[in-house]
Amino acid sequence: MNSQRITINPITRLEGHGKIEIFLDDKGDVATAALQIPELRGFEKFAEGRPAEEMPRITPRICGVCPTTHHMASVKALDALYQVAPTAAGKAIRELMYSAFMLEDHLLHFFFLGGPDFIMGPQSAPAGRNILGVIGKVGLEAAGKLIRLRRECRALIEFIGGKVIHPVGCLPGGVSKPFPEEERRRYKPTAEFGVEFVRFVLKVFHDLVLGNKEYLDLILGDIYKHKTYYMGMVDERNRVNFYDGLIRVVDPDGKEFAKFAGQDYLQHLAERVEPWTYVKFLYLKKVGWKGFVDGKSSGVYRVAPLARLNAAEGMATPLAQEEYQKMYAALGGKPAHNTLAYHWARLIEALYAAERLRELLEAPELTDPDVRNIPTAVPKEGIGVVEAPRGTLFHHYQTDSRGIITKANLLVATQNNQAAMSMSIAKAAAGLIKGGKVSEGLLNMVEMAFRPYDPCMACSTHALGETPLVVRVLDSGRRVVRELRRH
Amino acid sequence: MPKPKVAFYWCSSCGGCEESIVDLHEDILKVVEAVDIVFWPVALDFKLKDVEAMPDGSIAVSFINGAIRMSEQEEAVKLLRRKSQLVVAHGSCAHLGGIPGLANLWDRKSIFARVYREVPSVDNPAGIFPQDQTLTPQGTLDLPSFYDTVKTLDQTIDVDYYLPGCAPPKDLILAALKAILTCELPPKGSVLAPKTTLCDTCPRKDSKPEKTVLKDIKRPHQVMIDPEKCFLDQGLICAGPATRSGCGEKCIKANMPCRGCFGPTDEVQDQGAKLLSALASLYDVSDEAEAQKLADSIVDLSGTLYRFSLPASILRRKQGVA
Repeated sequence: MNSQRITINPITRLEGHGKIEIFLDDKGDVATAALQIPELRGFEKFAEGRPAEEMPRITPRICGVCPTTHHMASVKALDALYQVAPTAAGKAIRELMYSAFMLEDHLLHFFFLGGPDFIMGPQSAPAGRNILGVIGKVGLEAAGKLIRLRRECRALIEFIGGKVIHPVGCLPGGVSKPFPEEERRRYKPTAEFGVEFVRFVLKVFHDLVLGNKEYLDLILGDIYKHKTYYMGMVDERNRVNFYDGLIRVVDPDGKEFAKFAGQDYLQHLAERVEPWTYVKFLYLKKVGWKGFVDGKSSGVYRVAPLARLNAAEGMATPLAQEEYQKMYAALGGKPAHNTLAYHWARLIEALYAAERLRELLEAPELTDPDVRNIPTAVPKEGIGVVEAPRGTLFHHYQTDSRGIITKANLLVATQNNQAAMSMSIAKAAAGLIKGGKVSEGLLNMVEMAFRPYDPCMACSTHALGETPLVVRVLDSGRRVVRELRRH
Repeated sequence: MPKPKVAFYWCSSCGGCEESIVDLHEDILKVVEAVDIVFWPVALDFKLKDVEAMPDGSIAVSFINGAIRMSEQEEAVKLLRRKSQLVVAHGSCAHLGGIPGLANLWDRKSIFARVYREVPSVDNPAGIFPQDQTLTPQGTLDLPSFYDTVKTLDQTIDVDYYLPGCAPPKDLILAALKAILTCELPPKGSVLAPKTTLCDTCPRKDSKPEKTVLKDIKRPHQVMIDPEKCFLDQGLICAGPATRSGCGEKCIKANMPCRGCFGPTDEVQDQGAKLLSALASLYDVSDEAEAQKLADSIVDLSGTLYRFSLPASILRRKQGVA
């Protein structure tokens, strides 16, 4: 047995906590690699006994970065549980809040989490590979714009939801209060500014990233590539939709493999447990679990921005559609398997969210005071689904006749990508680490295999944390032969 | 004069408290100017190794959020305690246990069984659970242990101050930072928020009748909620009487009742007991049978009274979970 191993603990610039273990063979090449998630909180259990109507206030605590998405999936599960549709205004107000959230959350990832790798450079000095470095590089004026847009989007979410970190405003059948005309007037400039700002960010991306041959080679290269199935929610014309629609799965060649309503999720998806991590791995039931491998015969699939674009046939707004076509032309057609292209797809989705925000602020029904239908049905079971920034999110509740939760099941966005993330890390490690040679820059490039997915380990396992990043190379006697630190 | 060193760290939390820092928006730049952030996992690539290398007591203040659920979290906060002059429990989970503290109605065994074996989507015929150690042909894979009981931060390490809220609001965070930087701190152990109850600052305070009476308990989804009137007076349970003010009444402004995330005031040891007594004092009943009927109409008493504070309560956890 060869026990040379490299430990990366923690992985950084993501929501949550994970570590990577890389085992080397006799030649010092990568034999295997594992992404371990060391946390769990157990929401599925402690939901039991809670009143169903409290779930939209409890489940956002799964994740404080994307609480709006849990709030929304939860309330949609309550709509289904009580068989009550929201009023036209209720639906418009919810979707308005949701569009503002998707816009600000995608921008958070680009500037704070994943983006610094490109804006600063994959192997740039770690001390500057962060938001502060990014501010230095793009300038205070651009940073000021980002801060302003996030502040205004989050103020809008707060107006509707009461709080932006853990909204409370959605109830089965609608929302808790109307959206007044003066607020419509107040936020119209935000939407305009949002469209303009995302177009500017796309230009930065084109200049800094796509204009850089080294980066482009990375994006198009094999190290960051996996041919998998893709899943995402689509509208009646197969265009990307975050709030509502059917779930479409395409195979690695881009052919439609399945299209189903959220409440039928159990026919299509299953979870696997591994003893070495707290997170469960989702896979396509009808294809089956074949291990951590890609290709048509493996049930591994991917979700979130690039997967959504792959699983759809276009965007529902004009500017985003234009960029969508540009992206696939540059990547050599659909579906795109290049993991790093997730960053591009995320910005296209941000543009769609900004345009959708603009549309909704024009909707006449938005300010109708009739914001809620009171439920009358006896509750039994309800399933709610939305597209979270990080992928498809399912909330499934069963209750007694009083609406007290008896069983809850949550399939959380990042879980869909867990298997693919493990594979991406293993492949990047194998492609980058040869003959036992490792460097700090290479290690960051291993981490760059998971960052495109914008993983949320808080969601996946419902906890967060961090410990030091140290890499130790051990010989077969478990003696440290080399220790590296990223400073 | 070197800038004071500040650390932000997360335990069993959701990331909302990290967002509460990012949500300082323009003011974050002022904070970055005034202090030297030596550790902030979500955004910066600083390491605990760097923290370990620092002299003890060299960090001016560590803001720690999240409850203590896993062995690794306990180890990390003990390290930060050694290195920091001040530790602030940042947010409901560190302060009281928070929503993850509801897991104290169960235990490790029942949580594992549900999550890994029972849910309808799981395919786990071998009944595998995550293990603290897994042997693989190449070597051992380790995981931190999952504790039976969720603890608050001050049940784990010594805490100097508390920033309440889920998540704490911007004005309280900035006020806390300012107080620390100017050394104008209240006595150790203080909660850095107003001392009054939420009812005292509630915008609906003036709508309250001479005496609020509870005749019939309703649930928020069952009724159209009056946007002006006291929730309790509408028969809706609101944790206002048992909860500290300082949140900005945000849930109330969204026309939803309080659930108690700010925890109790200084006079109260057990938030749930306080809320129960507040509700009982409003009961308008003439005999025991009526009282019983009204009591029975409160669904999920424990999860309502202790929504955010079960680990910090006198009971701490449910005993003898089946």
